[in-house]
Amino acid sequence: MFKIAKYVVYDILRSKVLIAYSLFLLLVSFSLFSMEENSSKSLISLMSVVMIIVPLVSIIFSTTYFYNAYQFIELLVAQPISRSSILLGEFIGVSLSLLTALFAGVGIPILIYSPDATGLVLMISGFALTLSFISLAFFSSVAMRDKAKGIGMSLMLWFYFSVIYDGLVLGILFSFNEYPLEKAVIALASFNPIDLGRIIILMKMDISALMGLTGAVYKQFFGSNFGIIYSLIIMLFWIILPLLFALHIFKKKNL
Amino acid sequence: MKTVVLSCFLILVSCFLAEARTIVVCSDCKVKQLTAALDIAADYDTILLKKGTYLSVNTEIKKQVVIIGEGYPVIDGQEKDEVLVVLSDNVVISGLWIKNSKRGSMKDYAGIRVNEAKNVKIINCKLENTFFGIYLSKSQNCLIANNHSKGANYGKSDTGNGIHLWKCDSVKIENNQMEGHRDGMYFEFAHFCLIEKNLCERNYRYGLHFMFSDDDVYRNNTFQNNGTGVAVMYTKNVEMYDNTFQNNWGDAAYGLLLKDISNSIIERNTFTNNTVGVTMEGSNMITFSKNNFTSNGYALKVMANCIRDTFMYNNFTANTFDAATNGELRENSFMYNYWDKYEGYDLNRDKIGDVPFRPVSLYSMIIEQMPYAVMLLRSFTVEILNRAEKSIPGIVPETFQDYAPMMKPNTL
Repeated sequence: MFKIAKYVVYDILRSKVLIAYSLFLLLVSFSLFSMEENSSKSLISLMSVVMIIVPLVSIIFSTTYFYNAYQFIELLVAQPISRSSILLGEFIGVSLSLLTALFAGVGIPILIYSPDATGLVLMISGFALTLSFISLAFFSSVAMRDKAKGIGMSLMLWFYFSVIYDGLVLGILFSFNEYPLEKAVIALASFNPIDLGRIIILMKMDISALMGLTGAVYKQFFGSNFGIIYSLIIMLFWIILPLLFALHIFKKKNL
Repeated sequence: MKTVVLSCFLILVSCFLAEARTIVVCSDCKVKQLTAALDIAADYDTILLKKGTYLSVNTEIKKQVVIIGEGYPVIDGQEKDEVLVVLSDNVVISGLWIKNSKRGSMKDYAGIRVNEAKNVKIINCKLENTFFGIYLSKSQNCLIANNHSKGANYGKSDTGNGIHLWKCDSVKIENNQMEGHRDGMYFEFAHFCLIEKNLCERNYRYGLHFMFSDDDVYRNNTFQNNGTGVAVMYTKNVEMYDNTFQNNWGDAAYGLLLKDISNSIIERNTFTNNTVGVTMEGSNMITFSKNNFTSNGYALKVMANCIRDTFMYNNFTANTFDAATNGELRENSFMYNYWDKYEGYDLNRDKIGDVPFRPVSLYSMIIEQMPYAVMLLRSFTVEILNRAEKSIPGIVPETFQDYAPMMKPNTL
């Protein structure tokens, strides 16, 4: 499993796409930090970038990588290696390389310019988002045999989580505005890793506007230790569940 | 000539006769207590209190005396009643350390109470663990300066106000520091007062709170870290210059709440790090100019029942939302303000943006109607909605816009 992961990392490092991704992030972070004197303001801008770019790149890169490595996987399947360790090996390899790229692109600038709790939370949720979108990518590429369909599904997933879902939430909130929605809102946030990641970060910085009666509900929940543990567990679910589905399909799949 | 000399002589003699005495009070002196000194004192006498502790339970000052403390003598009320009660005109109280008034819900026990007096001066005093700090009722032409009052730490319900004015006139309040009270300063029916250079911080409710107190001027005061900021109501002709409202956090906190205020001027103030910088309800004909709004959750919340207010030459920077409202604004004008979220252009280079700026974003309207939507703060979808609304405005109130936004921050 780890041997496969090692080969995957070598393979990805050769492709240079990842280096471009990490250079791009580095450029964005450095320019954001040097443009604003107030580091918390640049963290907010950086957060917006991370919340859009990181899931997109993670999911598309992993899907295309999976399809490109299809022949390699077929070769491995012919060997006496269990299918789950093949898929997990691929997952670990892709995750390691993308996490390294994210750390180099966003983590290092944060450590230099804003090494506080907010920066740390931003980094952690960036990592969690990367992992959960790789996991989603594996799910869609295992589920679809056709490459175009697989990438299409990945794109749809990204679009759903970053745009459509929030629109749906707005619709739900609008229709049930008269009802007490405290708990419902927390549940709604849990069903989208991007929302969850964003709320955890905002709890650390943008508190003033989040206040008000409803903001207090968020703060009380997500600001507490229980809330932090809760969000970490949910994030973990978002990493593990799609991967488990992918494993389930991959084991039975007729390659 | 003779008559002139005679009259001069007579005046001199009368001066001699009327010479004020100084009564020294200390533990080794002839007079050992403040109350005893007050008994023997005549009008215009000076009572000099040396360093030490003096009991004073509801001591009434009925003569026109000057009470001066040396090295902050402690005047202890022992939590039995009020500490000092001034009932005479022209009293001066200076340099005392007033401690331990009673607390209660039936009566407003105060450290120093001034009742129906004129020209009273309270200066350089320290107040500690008093229910109300300095309480003036029906008094005129008084001065309250350089005092420091620290309320008792019994929570909101069990503290009074730092400086409390009721039915007063022409009072000058300057250089005082109020902390840990219910309201730092509370005025009701106080007219023509000047409030200057005071610091109100960490009070449980408001830093400053007034009602029906017309024609007052507030300058260079700082209100910070108060429970719910500053709330002022039902008043006209208020002038506020160079004040600082900052760090008022909380569920219902604001820098400055204006409710039914009219004909007022609010100029060169700074609003920083408040949940809401300024909230306005039913406030008319107010001129806001040259104020700085920085790092607030909302810089401005202007309710639709505010009419004919003017906002000019203000700077809005780093606020999460610049403005919010709950309907169409009538006859309010926004001009020459600097908004850091403005994205327009200036073709003729007159430093004024060529296209108007709408400070209310679609999302802030949404939050106003559905508070739970705060969950989507800074999400991509919200960003898209705001952009769409900006390019083709439909929902955002049409009248809430700055017709001449500045390209660069105004120098204040």
